[in-house]
Amino acid sequence: MKKEFEVISQIIKNNKRVLDVGCGDGTLMEYLKNNQQNDVRGLEPQKNLVQKCISKGLSVIEGDAEKELFQFPKKSFDYVVLSQTLQAFFNPEEVLNQLLRIGKQTIVSIPNFGYWKVRLHLLFKGTMPITKNLPNEWYNTPNLHMCTIQDFVNFCKKKNIKIDKSMCLTNEKISEITNRNMVYKNIFSQLGIFLIE
Amino acid sequence: MNTEIKNIKKLIVKHSLELDCGKTIKNFPLAYETYGNLNKEKNNAILVFHALTGDQFCTNINPITKREGWWNTAVGPGKAIDTNKYFVICANVVGGCMGSYGPKEINTKTNKLFGITFPVITIRDMVRAQKYLLDHLGIEKLLAVVGGSMGGMQVLQFTALYPNKAHSAIPIACSASHSAQNIALNELGRQAIMADPNWKKENSSPDKGLAVARMAAHITYLSKKGLQEKFGRKLQDKGSLKFSFDADFQIESYLRYQGSTFVDRFDANSYLFITRAMDYFDLEKQFKGNLSLAFKNTKSKFCVISFSSDWLYPTIENKEIVIALNACGANVGFVEINSDKGHDSFLLDVPEFLLTLSEFLNSTYNEIKNEKRI
Repeated sequence: MKKEFEVISQIIKNNKRVLDVGCGDGTLMEYLKNNQQNDVRGLEPQKNLVQKCISKGLSVIEGDAEKELFQFPKKSFDYVVLSQTLQAFFNPEEVLNQLLRIGKQTIVSIPNFGYWKVRLHLLFKGTMPITKNLPNEWYNTPNLHMCTIQDFVNFCKKKNIKIDKSMCLTNEKISEITNRNMVYKNIFSQLGIFLIE
Repeated sequence: MNTEIKNIKKLIVKHSLELDCGKTIKNFPLAYETYGNLNKEKNNAILVFHALTGDQFCTNINPITKREGWWNTAVGPGKAIDTNKYFVICANVVGGCMGSYGPKEINTKTNKLFGITFPVITIRDMVRAQKYLLDHLGIEKLLAVVGGSMGGMQVLQFTALYPNKAHSAIPIACSASHSAQNIALNELGRQAIMADPNWKKENSSPDKGLAVARMAAHITYLSKKGLQEKFGRKLQDKGSLKFSFDADFQIESYLRYQGSTFVDRFDANSYLFITRAMDYFDLEKQFKGNLSLAFKNTKSKFCVISFSSDWLYPTIENKEIVIALNACGANVGFVEINSDKGHDSFLLDVPEFLLTLSEFLNSTYNEIKNEKRI
């Protein structure tokens, strides 16, 4: 399991209800179900991945988060997870509002556009950055709304969203983001992981 | 045909069952078939519900019609609903014509066939009758209830009536209430039957009307694309148009064949009563306009399946079931299977569908077995 999922699963307490939005092939769901006795549900737009999940006995609904989240009642999950997809929605703000409505707490991870390699790429090459985490060209990237760790934190402040925990991944190493190290983490981390409500 | 029907498995239900129409029936027959073996723990039983024109013979050779069972693609040894592993139960619905209490049976009070005097039955009546069969077989909790089309409606009704009787529920290509279009198409079939002058005559059957009903219905089970690919404008005889009303086109000949073979195996009055039951089905109304209340207490894990080219019970109607289940926090998975075979996809060899069905059942069965071990 990838490091990011390790961080997310450590945030999630045992025996809780979890909705994994964009659950893919259900790797995280399976881990949470088998190791932490979590009651997990998933939402995934790709048919073949949904079929994979159902085959594993995971309850996953085929559908697009921008259209399907309305059907889940208010605070019906202890945690809602959104891993590296926020930037790909047409309307990330609305999706985030839905996640916050459905979950008592929400875990969001974002690829950090403030990462130093991204900055240098744009500065020196003068073309849209391509990195390990952002492998696509500008014309075929699914990422419509890229942001940095700092952007996301600013957004939460502006919208009165409470950040309970902020973590980041730097070359597969996990660390905490604080007010003091923010500038540094915004340059050296590839991924930000936030627990918000 | 009638003597053969006497030799099939039947449960005579001694209990009295109050039908939704207000009439009470008792000592009525329920014809059924089972496949595979019930295990020691009695946790491998699957109740399969049949659709409008199905019967209890879901696989192998149907001993009455001598044709393959209607769900031979899915049920059998090594198939998705694996009879080497599971104990499969399938009953002919009340109102049917394969040995269960239906319009083709003798009314013991008048010593005549019921025919059109048969009581109007509902999906709920069908399901409640089948519950007696489970009691008779000594099954406390099913591994799964599964069915497509009207079978799917029975799955939904079953879980609403008995929230803790099945570990899992698989409603396929169905809807929680019949749409205006569904009702309209059924009415077309019924009117075709009732317009046949033989319908009201004693000792004759409205074969022409029933065949037309079947032809019309059959079109609704296929997709435009599927029809076009299979038949297009192909002619029956390779030559040219005959400038007559004979079956020039292959599609015409195909439909005529579908109609004519159907009347050999199905009773016109059963067709009337069962389509009526489908039209009356409105689970939302049963629960005061809130479908999610139907599933409020359900303990079953759901897997809802629809097909991309099904326009009779389209994905959007299947999704309404999913939305209602989510609204009450039920355990539900949903997938739309890509297929250009229309509503009939659930009966045909659609590998992705059969794989999903097989693996969902398999994972549910493993979960139950593991629970028992703990």
